[in-house]
Amino acid sequence: MKQRKLFWTAAFLVGAHLMAGLAGFFAPYHYAAQDRLHPYASPSLPHLMDCSGKIHLRPFVYGIRNKQGSFTDYQPDCSAQMPVHFLVTGEEYSLFGLIPSSLHLFGVSGPGEINLLGTDAFGRDQFSRVVYGAQVSLLAGGLAGVLAVFAGVIVGTISGFYGGVVDEAAMRVAEIAIAVPSLYLLLAARSFLPLEISPLMAFLLVISVIGLLSWARPARLVRGLVMSARERNFVLAAQGFGASKSYVMRRHLVPMTFSVALTQLAILIPQFILAEVVLSFLGLGIGEPFPSWGNMLAEAQQYHVLASCWWMLLPGLAPVPFFVAYHALADALQKKTKVNL
Amino acid sequence: MIRYLSRRLAHGVLLLAGVSMLLFVFQKAAPGDFFLGMRLNPELSGQTLQGLRAEYGLDQPLPQRYARWLGSALRGDLGPSFAYNLPVTTLLWPRIKNTLLLSVPALLISWLIAIPLGLLAAWRRTGWIDRIFSGSTSTLLALPDVLLALLAVLLALRTHIFPVGGMTAGTDAGESTAGLLQHMVLPVFVLVVGSVGPLLRQVRASAIEVMDSSYFRAAQGNGLGRTTLLFRHALPAAANPLISLFGLSAGFLLSASILVEVIMSWPGMGPLMLEAIFGRDLFVVIGAVMISTLLLVLGNLLADVLLYFCDPRIRVQS
Repeated sequence: MKQRKLFWTAAFLVGAHLMAGLAGFFAPYHYAAQDRLHPYASPSLPHLMDCSGKIHLRPFVYGIRNKQGSFTDYQPDCSAQMPVHFLVTGEEYSLFGLIPSSLHLFGVSGPGEINLLGTDAFGRDQFSRVVYGAQVSLLAGGLAGVLAVFAGVIVGTISGFYGGVVDEAAMRVAEIAIAVPSLYLLLAARSFLPLEISPLMAFLLVISVIGLLSWARPARLVRGLVMSARERNFVLAAQGFGASKSYVMRRHLVPMTFSVALTQLAILIPQFILAEVVLSFLGLGIGEPFPSWGNMLAEAQQYHVLASCWWMLLPGLAPVPFFVAYHALADALQKKTKVNL
Repeated sequence: MIRYLSRRLAHGVLLLAGVSMLLFVFQKAAPGDFFLGMRLNPELSGQTLQGLRAEYGLDQPLPQRYARWLGSALRGDLGPSFAYNLPVTTLLWPRIKNTLLLSVPALLISWLIAIPLGLLAAWRRTGWIDRIFSGSTSTLLALPDVLLALLAVLLALRTHIFPVGGMTAGTDAGESTAGLLQHMVLPVFVLVVGSVGPLLRQVRASAIEVMDSSYFRAAQGNGLGRTTLLFRHALPAAANPLISLFGLSAGFLLSASILVEVIMSWPGMGPLMLEAIFGRDLFVVIGAVMISTLLLVLGNLLADVLLYFCDPRIRVQS
């Protein structure tokens, strides 16, 4: 039962990351493709029954047209049925920036577009942007997590192995990093870095800021482990045979911290995904035209948009399944490592 | 008691000193400063700008600047704000009060919810109560605060039950407590919902540990009532890790309230800090971080005092 749950969690995470990686295939449109005639269009759901009550076997969506005398209110256009097709050729994109392709999972034939999650102010398809945004948000969270745990393992191992002044210094700095409320620390670090930069630079910057500020917690855990592992007989024996310090750390101590490092990774990644969302939401992270769940949500900050277009909130729901899965994974890993200790 | 407390206090002061030092070292990396944007103004000569920089001490080397700032900070002056031309403390003081107005009630309410509910969930460890409990806590943990705050705003916009944005209704109702309370409901609610999930889990986990111990079984075997068992026997023994969590939850609430304040236009530290970041208003950023750290250090100090009274082992140690 427990094993099965873990399996499904891992399967979901792998599948969802794959979907983000293959965003070009799963998204019907490019993230920057605009449809200026239809800003803030509401989500178009696939129908099986048309206006006259006839049932169709192939799902279809209706085109939209402006309501009389309004530019932003739409109504379904019963005369424009657009059947949904799977595996259609559409806009060109390249998978992982390498393989050019124009195959999309689904699309509609007809003059209009299918907007499963509606469109934003520029008429860009929100569903496509959420799928592309997953690339940015998940990659940022994952890389920052790897960075933080990597730094934490290095600092923790060195500090636990050498002890003394090195340990003292490292742990005092770690305490300082933990003493500041996390978002204040993040914002302060961000404020000391350039504000007007290219999206790619911003992406790298956000990753390094989030990752390098959060090494303290994993470092403290790893240090505790290493301090007790240092006294184990096989480590003492290796040293007795004349193994160098770096060899002992590399070969014997670091591998012992793997399970804790992995658990920390599962705990930290959702926090970092959230941190990226928050930074981009506040306008300090990844900027237009690249979508991230955070900067998409930023548009909903304006009250008039929020009041009339509820679907602008949907990008905020995108991280929820990931958080649930990562939390379940972290719980399972935590239980496993406890048993093994 | 006094020795223990003074040691914790000294620790807090050293932490603050360390944080301020790190902030100054890192701000050295910041490209440009507040006055860089004025360079394009034809009415200001380069000399004037240099004069302004000199006036605020921005042309001096880092150690001197830090010493100057530290000297004035010890006298309760956190430097000037370039944008407002006011002392940072004057600017921050009302903002701190507003932030605390949100985070302190949120802290109290979420603990008041978490303790009884967590104990109950530990008591009924199996069955539907527990299933509902674990389902709802993992949902709470997974919902981003940003989304919660926006949803609350949406709710307010649609139903008109609660006012949206700001702290007061206007100049007339400005000072009325009822108006303030009405404006507080939504932000405090969002903060509570955002912070109560991990607390509930922690309370349940530490209560379960106690309930497995033999003394608790004995008390149960003696036929004590549920309320006595839970609050008189389980809670004090489970309190230790919870008190340590108290400081952590205070830090979380301070962070979360930045977001909630920005989204709900609550005039707290969050909007001010964001504005200062975009305007490169150096001392405001440093001041806000220092104050938030001070609040967190105070929260941890409070937790230490509580721990001193709850845990006899610490009393013996010191």
